Amino acid sequence: MSEDGELVFRRPAALSDVVTHYCPGCMHGIVHRLIAEVIDELGIRERTVGIAPVGCSVLAYHYFECDFAEAAHGRAPAMATGIKRTHPELVVFTYQGDGDLASIGTNELIHAAARGENITVVFINNAVYGMTGGQMAPTTLPGMVTTSSPYGRDVKRQGYPVRVCELVSQLDGTAYIVRRSAYKPAEIRKLRQALKIAFQVQMAELGFSLVEVVSNCPTNWGMTPKESLRFVEERMIAYYPLGDYRVRDEVKTLK
Amino acid sequence: MVGTRLSGWKGYRTMKILMKGNEAIAEAAIRAGCEAYFGYPITPQTEVLEYMARRMTELGRAFVQAESEVGAINMVYGAACTGARAMTTTSSPGYSLMQEGISYMAMSFVPCVIVNIMRGGPGLGNIQPSQGDYFQMTKGGGHGDYHLLSLAPSTVQETVDLIIEAFDLADKYRQPVTVIADGLIGQIMEPVEFPDLKEPQRPERPWALTGAKGRKKNVITSLFLDAHELERENLKLQAIIAQIKANEVRYAEYWLDGAEIVVIAYGTAGRIAQTAVKRAREQGIAVGLFRPISVFPFPYDRLREIAETAQQLLVVEMSAGQMLEDVRLATCNRVPISFYGRMGGVVPLPEEILDKIKGLAGTGS
Ligand SMILES: Cc1ncc(C[n+]2csc(CCOP(=O)(O)OP(=O)(O)O)c2C)c(N)n1
Ligand code: SF4
Repeated sequence: MSEDGELVFRRPAALSDVVTHYCPGCMHGIVHRLIAEVIDELGIRERTVGIAPVGCSVLAYHYFECDFAEAAHGRAPAMATGIKRTHPELVVFTYQGDGDLASIGTNELIHAAARGENITVVFINNAVYGMTGGQMAPTTLPGMVTTSSPYGRDVKRQGYPVRVCELVSQLDGTAYIVRRSAYKPAEIRKLRQALKIAFQVQMAELGFSLVEVVSNCPTNWGMTPKESLRFVEERMIAYYPLGDYRVRDEVKTLK
Repeated sequence: MVGTRLSGWKGYRTMKILMKGNEAIAEAAIRAGCEAYFGYPITPQTEVLEYMARRMTELGRAFVQAESEVGAINMVYGAACTGARAMTTTSSPGYSLMQEGISYMAMSFVPCVIVNIMRGGPGLGNIQPSQGDYFQMTKGGGHGDYHLLSLAPSTVQETVDLIIEAFDLADKYRQPVTVIADGLIGQIMEPVEFPDLKEPQRPERPWALTGAKGRKKNVITSLFLDAHELERENLKLQAIIAQIKANEVRYAEYWLDGAEIVVIAYGTAGRIAQTAVKRAREQGIAVGLFRPISVFPFPYDRLREIAETAQQLLVVEMSAGQMLEDVRLATCNRVPISFYGRMGGVVPLPEEILDKIKGLAGTGS
């Protein structure tokens, strides 16, 4: 290190210099930063278009320094399709919660994946509808109490959770479908790597890429941030195992 | 990139050919420089989708058969966000599904062209021609305070002309522009002439999402959490709507000189009424026809003038009487207004309208 000191940590250029509205301990902030770091690393900030969902991350466009659109609830993959089909040179990503992606927007997601759209989906699975105050989501765990499953999710009456990676990876249009988390530094590093590969997959036009992040919602789970990370590790990941669900052969050759 | 997407400009020339309405819509859009088309099959509109599937692909422009009309309108939204000329076409049930996306586009000032080839409703209804979506097309349709410019052709040629114009109008006002026709216009074959193909003269689009290269980032959103900010955005939208009302009123008039009875009808109903009115004139009845071409903005002022000299008005629609409400608003019921409507996809015959006219003229049986 020189006498003046060496800059080893800074805000990524793709991350806006503003205070987010996310609750303390929420993983949204971590994932935002990782996406921004990857955009910087790949040098694509000036040709990236993000699409914000309806959900807690509805204001994501305030937090990234690239062009952004705000989609209707669940429609981000269709909007991304329209952008990418007219401007294949742009790098297009959506950022969506579980209600947005796996409930109201399932149709748009599945068909964008099936068509093999060259877009990247970042999917934040926190098992609740955060923004509207913690209602049951398609990914709410069996037995989990939410404001609209006050007796715990009863799978006989309220059905089973949707496992998005398992479902979407069945589609031939997909190139890279993985599930990661961010509950400890080692997982954060793996998540960062996955996000980078997902963007590279898009840039190499290999097909649809999706990175699911098993996330938390301390506020609506009624937990401290620390407790919520334990819940992610012990309960969420038990139902949503981390791992690679589809990695096309060509992806392995990406550098 | 932009240049290559519009390849295929050369090699077109003006020609007069016999063409089905729906195919003419597709060709007109292509000539207007439509760079992206997204649609979903629904009768009686599907030929637009099929034609576009072939031609857009040939020209290297964007085409996707969407998973639904919800998907289609949001693909249009995405494409239009980049500043591309984008279009979708549908028919009544599909138009209902698009309302969410249209409302978003109106509030985020994103231009596009939407065609509704109306069919019988409500519900699944049928696939026959109808004008039952007038309210939806002219009064907003989706949630929130907005109206879309809505143009109603009565022939295939007029459809072609209005589609081409619709793209320019969408650019001009940064709003979705709709063309409202029905299954008859979609399915009929008529000779049409297309204008020469020119690169469209488009306004600058500094708002478009094209990558924040050498400029600040652009954001396209319809979310304004602060009430005063949202009110300001609404006022901006209302100012655009006021401009549209001031500039874009269109109508056609037939035999209005000395007309004691004035028939008011648009689109297919207007075309059929034209035949009926012509025959009535031949029989010496002082009758004329007023055909709104812009149904939003509705030609209130001109109709008010007409009501000052006419003795009776007859509104003809293929609905239970939707435009009728605008005619009442325009004329404040100063003259007696009669209504003749057919529903469910029943297309009125000229004879039926002629009988109505004769009844009003006191010369009926
Ligand atoms: C058409 C429509 N229906 C419902 C809503 C209300 N709404 C806003 S956010 C949301 C749920 C979002 O949950 P999720 O996608 O899980 O994201 P999170 O807030 O947990 O990050 C709902 C239902 C809406 N905005 N639009
Ligand atoms: S409500 Fe939950 S998901 Fe939303 S910001 Fe707070 S902790 Fe995060």
